[in-house]
Amino acid sequence: MHVGAHRALAAALLASLAACAGGGGAGVPTLAPSPELEAVSALPRELTEDQQALHVLNRLAFGPRPGDVAAVRAMGVDAWIDRQLQPTTIGDTALDAVSDRFALLAGSPADLMDRSPPPAFVRRQMQRDGDVPSADDSVRYREMQRAQGQMVAQLQASRVARAVGTERQLEAVLTEFWLNHFNVFVAKGPTMRHYLPQYERDVIRPRALGRFRDLLGAVAHSPAMLLYLDNAQSMADSTHPTLLELRARPAGGGRMMVRRRGGLNENYGRELLELHTLGVDGGYTQQDVISVARAFTGWTVDQPARGGPFVFRPGMHDADPKELLGQRLPGGRGIEDGEDVLDLVAAHPATARFIVRKLVIRLVSDQPDDALVERAVRTWQRTRGDMREVVRTIVKSPEFFARAAWRAKVKSPFEVVVSASRALGARADSTPRTAVAIAQLGQPLWGHQAPNGWPDQGREWMNTGAILNRINFGFAVGANRLPGANPGTWNAGRDLARAPRATQVDHVVQELLGGDVSPDTRAILTSGSHPLGDAAARSAAAPAPADDGSMTGAATPPNAMMADRMPLAATRPAPGAGVGAGAGAMARAGALLFRQLPALTGLPQVVALAIGSPEFQRR
Amino acid sequence: MRRRVFMKAGALSLVTLGLSPSFLRRGAYAMSHGAGGKGRVLVCLFQRGAADALNVLVPFGERAYYEARPGIAVPAPSAGAPNRALDLDGFFGLHPAMAPLLPLYQRGLMAPIAAVGSPSSTRSHFDAQDYMETATPDVKGTASGWLNRYLAAKGTCEACLVNGAPSPFRAVALTAQTPRILEGPSATVAMDGLDAFALRATNVDAAARIEALYRTGQADVVHASGSEMFEAMKLLRSANPQQYAPRNGAQYPATPFAQKLRQIAQLIRANVGLELAFADVGGWDTHVNQGGATGQLANRLDEFARAIAAFVQDLGDAMADVTVLTMSEFGRTVRQNGNGGTDHGHATTMFVIGDGLKGGKVHGRWPGLAREQLYEGRDLALTTDFRAVFAEVAARRLGATSLDAVFPGFDVSPAGWLGIA
Repeated sequence: MHVGAHRALAAALLASLAACAGGGGAGVPTLAPSPELEAVSALPRELTEDQQALHVLNRLAFGPRPGDVAAVRAMGVDAWIDRQLQPTTIGDTALDAVSDRFALLAGSPADLMDRSPPPAFVRRQMQRDGDVPSADDSVRYREMQRAQGQMVAQLQASRVARAVGTERQLEAVLTEFWLNHFNVFVAKGPTMRHYLPQYERDVIRPRALGRFRDLLGAVAHSPAMLLYLDNAQSMADSTHPTLLELRARPAGGGRMMVRRRGGLNENYGRELLELHTLGVDGGYTQQDVISVARAFTGWTVDQPARGGPFVFRPGMHDADPKELLGQRLPGGRGIEDGEDVLDLVAAHPATARFIVRKLVIRLVSDQPDDALVERAVRTWQRTRGDMREVVRTIVKSPEFFARAAWRAKVKSPFEVVVSASRALGARADSTPRTAVAIAQLGQPLWGHQAPNGWPDQGREWMNTGAILNRINFGFAVGANRLPGANPGTWNAGRDLARAPRATQVDHVVQELLGGDVSPDTRAILTSGSHPLGDAAARSAAAPAPADDGSMTGAATPPNAMMADRMPLAATRPAPGAGVGAGAGAMARAGALLFRQLPALTGLPQVVALAIGSPEFQRR
Repeated sequence: MRRRVFMKAGALSLVTLGLSPSFLRRGAYAMSHGAGGKGRVLVCLFQRGAADALNVLVPFGERAYYEARPGIAVPAPSAGAPNRALDLDGFFGLHPAMAPLLPLYQRGLMAPIAAVGSPSSTRSHFDAQDYMETATPDVKGTASGWLNRYLAAKGTCEACLVNGAPSPFRAVALTAQTPRILEGPSATVAMDGLDAFALRATNVDAAARIEALYRTGQADVVHASGSEMFEAMKLLRSANPQQYAPRNGAQYPATPFAQKLRQIAQLIRANVGLELAFADVGGWDTHVNQGGATGQLANRLDEFARAIAAFVQDLGDAMADVTVLTMSEFGRTVRQNGNGGTDHGHATTMFVIGDGLKGGKVHGRWPGLAREQLYEGRDLALTTDFRAVFAEVAARRLGATSLDAVFPGFDVSPAGWLGIA
């Protein structure tokens, strides 16, 4: 973009923000209905009513549970969407009961740190005090380490449990979207895990359907992000005075040149522009990155070792004037610098386009339709980034209900496992086992190291090993290894296990594959030898671990890998000395999932094949 | 991205045969080329956690080394004395636990590189590993790893095509997940091990049906990946790499890392079209009690060295076509810390191993360990960008030509190379 034009645009953006400042604070502003949207939403939809019901359950929820399609049809697809867009109006008592079991996550970061400090901190303190560790100390140390792992186990399990069990499915879908957009990594330092319950519960989820600027601001102030992208350590370098020095300096006094430890860290500044707002092609320069980083100096965390909160430190803040995105930020200011940058980038047209495009890829298709993107961008501009309305525009569009969008998305491992749990009517699992299965398929939650998050396009998830894992996961489900989902007694009221193979296939195709498969697929599932309702089918279900629904599992081998830095063990072997052990334990947990699978026949085999089938990998 | 799609008519009948036409072709290819093949194989080994370069490749000629590490330095060589550095050139020595690799150096098969690494100043394991695997220091979010970009830039050698498609085993990571270094558009295989790359179904009926489901239906990425997987599995089953016992008296340690190397050797032997292999090994983040000539780090090095030595011995003459490249995300502080360990540092050391290298010599300019010679006053300074090593190996050992595409933003001209290969 031409520099002059860029400057004028930015000035106009800031002016419009200023003009709006008084209007929107007190709740949802009244919106004039958009004639364009009304006209578009009145267009015919290519999918049938049944397909629409299944489609919204696959895209705006984590797949249907038994009976869900009929329920959506009964309510009406549009009414269901409208209700899901207002999650606070939806009761969620069943999930609340499950959430209570994740006791390690309750409270503030400081509470978590009090209850469960990182063992390294305690060790260091003892060294400072000159204590010689005793044998008892070693035992306590190991217990503390295990507690660190259990926190991560609950962090992972609670996300899965919510996705499986919440009635507020769209909120959960979008919370996962934003957690991935604003990715943080559990093993970035020993204090990160203590901040993650807050990050999900207080920062992201309440704003998942809110105004983008609010969400962006909450993330920018969150200790999790400040630590993850190193902004907490970023400070004015020695060529610029800090705000503290500026205030101390007599008026008209000369510049002080101070040697400081540390200096500017561009990490957050770069990712704010590249990943959180404008996008890599959003038209910013390296100089913009530096200026943004300078604007955020002093945004840090008060005593992270104690789980402290956000704090602005004038003694770290670069108080010189800055220029960024064609806009000048005057010198001598403090936290306003960062807030102005957030205003600027949140209102930037490139941000609307970048985020909308990502949303369309998540919700509609890997090949986002330009007309749909532009329409949703107009909604963004009209509503000043109200995500509820942006999402409404996307998911009530003819493009969303087009044939081309039908089953166009490849499921992520998270979606494979959660949708299988839901389809088989599993209760939300309060043990870590379901989360371990997801990690085994390649997506350990909170375990993505790089700030770009997990991929959201099908080709990224598909490789030889991935397919093999998914097929084997299907077999494991058939063998009743997925907690709460017993394929042998599934829908027992219909006595499916004793029904003819064709009946079983009909039912499984209906419930797991949306009733819509090729004749080939149906033939392969149905044909050949198929002992009906025999002993093999029952024994297939027998050796599964008991789903006691308790957290006692957290001390057993499947979770030993949660010790220390476990979660990365499943992505790539993490650095650090203790990590090799974590990887080995993770492999053992996976081995448990797949260990000694019995010969699968009858209904469990049909279920296994359906979950391992190409059709189930899509949504 | 182009992905090949195997679509077979009459899938069920083919499945029950168990052998695909492409397998038969591949078998014929393997026969005609013999062990070793014509392709060149690169084996990348990542020491995750930042190995302490100064105690791996010991600068025993530096007085400052001993001053900085009174408790953990490896003593200078002394004829016949145990637990001392193994002299390489009168200045550098190998850690005594690396003794199994000393003969490789002496035979000219091994080229150690000193003061090499990433120009990024980061001391984060995660960032530094990411930078090393994407070969884009200080650039986060690079979509692909450099080994995958190498595959894409290289294309496939005509002679290696099977039914007009590359081998499913061009690039294999002996890891549960595709490592960053192999991420990208070209198809790769990630597997825990050869044994784990199998269907868990215990009955033929279920296995045949699941394969049939992927062999029929639409030609999309899901079916394609599934078909590739079954191809790979069949190739593996028929080539049966597990049949190749270690040769030449090679003895692999019974550790996961060593067993991965054993399996890589088996894949090379089995002639399945392997071009790139990757494995990693942890345990290098020695902040506390790392030891000197013996101890924690020595134990890690013992396994590391014995595994590689067994691999080289196992492959024997085939090492003319195989290159082993070791790496770690950064080095560690020159000075030992208050816990008998070392903290995160800067420059590191790498080893290149293969027949036909300019081995038997320590490569890389040594920057010295005097205080004013250190990076940020504390770490070994960098004199060679790791990408110069990667680029030279890719060009001279693998015959890569499109280096600009593999190492974007880096000057890949041979003027910056060390002359290792």
